[in-house]
Amino acid sequence: MTRVAVVGAGYSGFNSNTPDLSWKELMYEAAVRAYEDAGVDPRKDVDAFVTCAEDFWEGFAIFDEFVPDQLGAVLKPTFTVDADFLYGIANAVMIIKSGLADIAVVEAHSKASDILTFGEVIKFAFDPIWLRPIGKAHPYYFAALEKSAYMTARGYSDDVFAKVVEKNKANGRLNSDAPYAGKVTADDVLRSEAVFYPIRKLEIAQRADGAIVFVLAREEIARELTDTPIWVSGVGWWSETSNYDTMSFTAAYARKSAEMAYKMAGITNPARQIDVAEVDDRFAFKEVQHIEALKLAKSNEIPELVEGGYFGRGGDLPVNVSGGSLSVGNLLEATGGQKALEVVLQLRGEAGRRQVDAEVGVAQAWRYIPTASGAVAVFSR
Amino acid sequence: MAVGKKDISCPPYVKGREIKAEDIKEGKVTYWEHHPDIRYSFTAGQAISRFLKGLKEGKLLATKCDHCGRIMFPPRMFCELCFRPVDEWCEVKDTGVVETFSVSYIDPDAKPLEEPVIVAVISVDGASPKMGFMHILGEVDPDDVYIGMKVKAVWKSESEREGSVTDIKYWKPLEG
Ligand SMILES: [Zn+2]
Repeated sequence: MTRVAVVGAGYSGFNSNTPDLSWKELMYEAAVRAYEDAGVDPRKDVDAFVTCAEDFWEGFAIFDEFVPDQLGAVLKPTFTVDADFLYGIANAVMIIKSGLADIAVVEAHSKASDILTFGEVIKFAFDPIWLRPIGKAHPYYFAALEKSAYMTARGYSDDVFAKVVEKNKANGRLNSDAPYAGKVTADDVLRSEAVFYPIRKLEIAQRADGAIVFVLAREEIARELTDTPIWVSGVGWWSETSNYDTMSFTAAYARKSAEMAYKMAGITNPARQIDVAEVDDRFAFKEVQHIEALKLAKSNEIPELVEGGYFGRGGDLPVNVSGGSLSVGNLLEATGGQKALEVVLQLRGEAGRRQVDAEVGVAQAWRYIPTASGAVAVFSR
Repeated sequence: MAVGKKDISCPPYVKGREIKAEDIKEGKVTYWEHHPDIRYSFTAGQAISRFLKGLKEGKLLATKCDHCGRIMFPPRMFCELCFRPVDEWCEVKDTGVVETFSVSYIDPDAKPLEEPVIVAVISVDGASPKMGFMHILGEVDPDDVYIGMKVKAVWKSESEREGSVTDIKYWKPLEG
């Protein structure tokens, strides 16, 4: 079976609000840039389109119907997966490997600023009888429940999560598209309001708008189109359960999806073989949980490694060099897209001031509260 | 035995009977109601913002693609067929032709409407073929509506207009 490569990437955003563009215009902007980057004409060259969207985030039912115009996909094979961008990558890889398409496009976006009742929309993911009626608090407390169980099980103090925020907010300062970057110290984090104890305000990624489009191609075509194809060497996805009483609270979904992707990519020692990682950090503890689940370090060593800068931009295994979601913002189903984008830019050597040395990178996204689902993609030069 | 019709004997403890409307009212059938509060504020964006502003001024605005020559209504910032940015804005007429229509007697809650609503798809004059509006017809007897009928927009007064597709009250027959 053919290998599959990313031959083009484009994005629009990322901003805390986008009052000047509709979500369609946002998508169009990202798509134009991706096609320009790949040197393809979507009307002639692209065989299939995959978009990633969740109807409730959009405010549209049957979102698939609204997709083709702004991607150049009119009267072409198109479908929407109601999942993160990385699931879209997995679908495109399958479409290309199976021979259905030579070139496929993946898109995801967030127009989070259009949602007026964010907490209520999140609650839609809760079982209507079992979970929705419980209490009146904003559903961020679901993340706090998980953090509470996880940090207790691992014996971590809050310092490690505060350090993650400090690192990611600092990384974001080298990213011109990271609206929530800033000079924030671990002390600032620990002093910020414990809005959902034990989660503090600065540990939560704020919402952002943006769109990401990738063009993927089979090997032969990829080599014709670009000198720097970035191979999608592994994909994986996994779901635990929707029940909070039976969830692992240790991101088993990320561990299992990483195992799937690593197996496909032939990675046997991720801590050594992965050079750069972008993991879901929409709550600071999630980054730590995901570093462990992706086997980038042993759980008992993580606090020391975080403290010592091992996962910093200049460290041995940089994590969230882009600034992560804590700097870029919560992009909803486009979260994995921003992470994959950063990995691709790093592997191409196009990450500008935040460039690190990397041959192999991993991108991971979680399907957000209240889920225990997620996907992983491994990229290589 | 016919498909789907099986002779099943129930165990003695499942002595069933039909459900009556009263059973549901009296809570004998278990339902759980949820009335969500989900609200959005959709950014209209470049194209539709200007289009809505046009409606407030009593104008129908469209955009043009020089590549395929289409005049697109409602306007967009890019031609979806050529996949390139549009080239210019223009005004189209507030007259058009009925492409298809329906005389609807029932509301979304399945209750009878006092007056039927005539919903129609209208190709707008000045725009490329098959480009236009889905809107409603008025000042016309349902029996007199036909595909191909020429119609004209009936606008709200200037002070009532707010930049919405309902700034046009309805479309009425052009002739008489
Ligand atoms: Zn055109």
